[in-house]
Amino acid sequence: MGAEFVQLSLTPMLIGILAAIACALPGNFLILRRQALIGDAISHVVLPGIVVAFLITGTISTWPMIFGAAAASILAVIIIEAIRRFGKIEPGAAMGVTFTSMFAAGVLLLEQSDTSSVHIDVEHALYGNLESLIWLEAEGWHSLIDPATLATLPDELTRMAAVAVLIGIGTWIFWRPLKISTFDETFAGSIAIPVSAVGFGLVVSAAVAAVAAFDAVGSIIVIAMFICPPAAARLMTNRLESQIMWSILFATLSAILGYVFAGYGPQWIGLDNAVSAAGMIATVSGLILALACFLAPHRKRLGAAENLGQ
Amino acid sequence: MLDGILSAFFLQSGYNATLVTIGACLLGIAAGTSGTFLFLRKRALISDAVAHATLPGVAIAFIIMVFFGGDGRNLVGLLLGSAISSLIGLLAVGWITKYTRLAEDAAIGAVLSVFFGAGIVLLTVIQSMSSGRQAGLEGFLLGSTAGMLFQDAVTIAIGGVIAVLAVFTLRRPMTLAAFDPEYATSTGQNVYRTDLATMGLVMAVTVIGLKIVGLILIVAMLIIPAVTARFWSERAEHVVILAGLFGGAAGYIGSAISASAPDLPTGPIIVLVSFALFCVSLFFAPERGIFSALLRHRRFQLLVHRRQGLLAIAHGERIYDPLTLSTLRKAGFLRADGVATDSGAAQASKTLRDERRWKVARGIYQDDAVSNLYDGLTPIEAVLTRDQIAEIDRHIPVAKQVDGDR
Amino acid sequence: MQPAITLATEYGKAVEIAASDDQSPLAIRELTVSYGEKPALFSVDTVIPAQSMTAIVGPNGAGKSTLLKAALGIVPRLSGNVQVFGEPVEEMQDKIAYVPQRASVDWDFPARVLDVVMMGLYPQLGLLGFIKPSQKKHVMECLERVGMAEFAERQIGQLSGGQQQRVFLARALAQNADLYLLDEPFAGVDAATEKAIIAVLQSLKENGRTVVCVHHDLATVADYFDHLLLVNIRKIADGPISEVFTSENLQATYGGRLASTHIDQLKLPAS
Repeated sequence: MGAEFVQLSLTPMLIGILAAIACALPGNFLILRRQALIGDAISHVVLPGIVVAFLITGTISTWPMIFGAAAASILAVIIIEAIRRFGKIEPGAAMGVTFTSMFAAGVLLLEQSDTSSVHIDVEHALYGNLESLIWLEAEGWHSLIDPATLATLPDELTRMAAVAVLIGIGTWIFWRPLKISTFDETFAGSIAIPVSAVGFGLVVSAAVAAVAAFDAVGSIIVIAMFICPPAAARLMTNRLESQIMWSILFATLSAILGYVFAGYGPQWIGLDNAVSAAGMIATVSGLILALACFLAPHRKRLGAAENLGQ
Repeated sequence: MLDGILSAFFLQSGYNATLVTIGACLLGIAAGTSGTFLFLRKRALISDAVAHATLPGVAIAFIIMVFFGGDGRNLVGLLLGSAISSLIGLLAVGWITKYTRLAEDAAIGAVLSVFFGAGIVLLTVIQSMSSGRQAGLEGFLLGSTAGMLFQDAVTIAIGGVIAVLAVFTLRRPMTLAAFDPEYATSTGQNVYRTDLATMGLVMAVTVIGLKIVGLILIVAMLIIPAVTARFWSERAEHVVILAGLFGGAAGYIGSAISASAPDLPTGPIIVLVSFALFCVSLFFAPERGIFSALLRHRRFQLLVHRRQGLLAIAHGERIYDPLTLSTLRKAGFLRADGVATDSGAAQASKTLRDERRWKVARGIYQDDAVSNLYDGLTPIEAVLTRDQIAEIDRHIPVAKQVDGDR
Repeated sequence: MQPAITLATEYGKAVEIAASDDQSPLAIRELTVSYGEKPALFSVDTVIPAQSMTAIVGPNGAGKSTLLKAALGIVPRLSGNVQVFGEPVEEMQDKIAYVPQRASVDWDFPARVLDVVMMGLYPQLGLLGFIKPSQKKHVMECLERVGMAEFAERQIGQLSGGQQQRVFLARALAQNADLYLLDEPFAGVDAATEKAIIAVLQSLKENGRTVVCVHHDLATVADYFDHLLLVNIRKIADGPISEVFTSENLQATYGGRLASTHIDQLKLPAS
């Protein structure tokens, strides 16, 4: 656990943790609002967003792609809402129509465009390149206090940290309106909370988290982190405040264990190559959720019979 | 380009392309119809979990087949593996929803992301195996018909035929269960088993579709035709048939277009054709389409304002609402200074008489059939006969005086 | 009608507003609301007197809940307007406390009784305001008034239906409003809770507040309320209970859906 760890593992691990937390925070509310699959929809439309951004700018640079992906997510949310409201179609089906069509358009554009010279492909969008986000200039733990070396940290880390902090602060500031309108929308409307704006803001922050995370870790982690840590956390406690804390813990744990298993796990069972870290992080989050489903203290729904007994 | 599409349309583009086109068409029909049953039960996105959960099965099947010295790419073996793992995913969704406090959407999301993640892990394991370099399992993500083996195309076409036959056989119980589960139960039908059959069908469609459109886009073939068909009919059995037609058309047209040029991937084209049909329906469908709904809403709003305004005139009340005022002015019922014209006054007293007749009618005909027709807008002449109205008028002394206004 | 005052002239005609309507806690004029093509409410006109206990009564699907939501300014109106203490309702939401139907929320939500009642403080607290000890004390008093103080730390999913309704009422009390709108507060609650709720509502009235309830039990209307609004899409009648609660009006409201034997049992004054 010395110089090599700081060089090769510290930054990917940190990026994984920050991405997981940034997605898990809005995920808590999405789950309670029965909108868990919005995360699924958003992560699918990231692909057409980056392809369109590439076709317009002609370069693979970070900001246009992030902007394109964010625009695509927001567009998708608006289309879903329009189909739901004007077409009177239930939200699940409206989502299904929208994200699959946009994803198809993205794949088609990708095939049509000349991408032989650049690295932009579906697999990248799906599972990212967490393993490659290393910090070569680092020489050990002391590099963490050396400004010159710190300046060479991968951009993805700075970006992901900024987004995670932004979402954390946003959740803190809008905590009360979020909580009240998630629990009781009519009541929230009656005390002048702008319910639709809160709902839209939540979805936009989910989109921002997804977009920042996909670049580093791909969309599998995004979907898994939106849902698995908050779902497991819901089974651990009956208070929203503690649920958020548990979800952050589970997200962190998934990122660390997933990264470690992906990098070192294969060696333990005698294989040479590492496996996909993004896939492994998603798998570990699923295992944590499975454990919670079997063992967590508040895993059961309170039945009607129990209600009467009180 | 056009020649290419035309020749593909008429199945002139060679054996494989022809088989793929027929297979995609059959797959579209089967997916459209079986997806409708999910959609009508408001469980459309469970297909997303089913589809994503196929990936680890494909990978494990490959590893097992290689381990036993076979060809890892045997399509039947891979599809069998995918069916097993999507079944496990489906059972997991059901178990989580039933035994924990998590809702179905969270269960679907958890299963699809975790199974997919595990599948990706296994794909990277396969890449590191010596025989895995050329496995081409990534094709299952987005589908790839290019370089498809002849026997694979035959497998898909046969699978499509079987799926369509299964839908045809099961159409009655599934329609009933989707439309009215309680009634279905009361007629002695086992709705749970019908649901299982629907899920089985959805799984079959997913597995067959993996090679053509891939696991991400097969969801579109299950959902979009059903939603499209919903715009054209209020009757469940018609929605099912229409969804089959839309799905089949999208499959056929999409794969024909795709066969006409090298860089047009089949899956996305089929989905986009399907989406185009959806958009046309969303905007232009006669009853449920956006344009017709907007028109009707505006007409309805004006009717309400007109009636309210006329009643206000009849009662000698002031009208403040600007839309009411402009509606009445345009109809010539109100002068610019806000005073009722002669025709306005006549129409107002007619409306008032209608109101009074309704009030009496609701006292006399106390059954729901008449009371429910009372929405504040329907003139009573449209509901009751002349004799009935005469009977009502006997209860209203005022109505006789108003008659002079006609 | 109260003496009218002339406020202004428009188109050369005096615009008259009845003095009593002007400051009424809730004045609804020509309100039409529709979901799709069928009106849920059509041209409803009513003025709720200050310091009254008003029941809104009508058959299922008559638009009672819609009327409350329109009075809160949270459903789109096709026409008409709603004024609260003489101002448009949208500007007066802090004067109103609303108790939704119990079944309208997910009681599996991760929160304690205390957390739910605290939600009533939001208009005072804003986004980040600290909860002062006096406010915490106020919340506990509200729980005390509905007899739920000992359940403050309980998870809301563990409550019985009656207890859930009391918690909702405590949340409304915490808002310290002048107008209380309750949607079916007695639906599916036990007798003790019904008594407790009505006692709280009575004390609100005695303290100068106005209470409006959607109510479905004709047998208790006359005991609990002093003002009545009968609706079935249209307003059928409104006014003091003693004048409006007649078998003729009920027939007009319910049509054939209410058996005449049922009305006889209510022992109403003959009209």
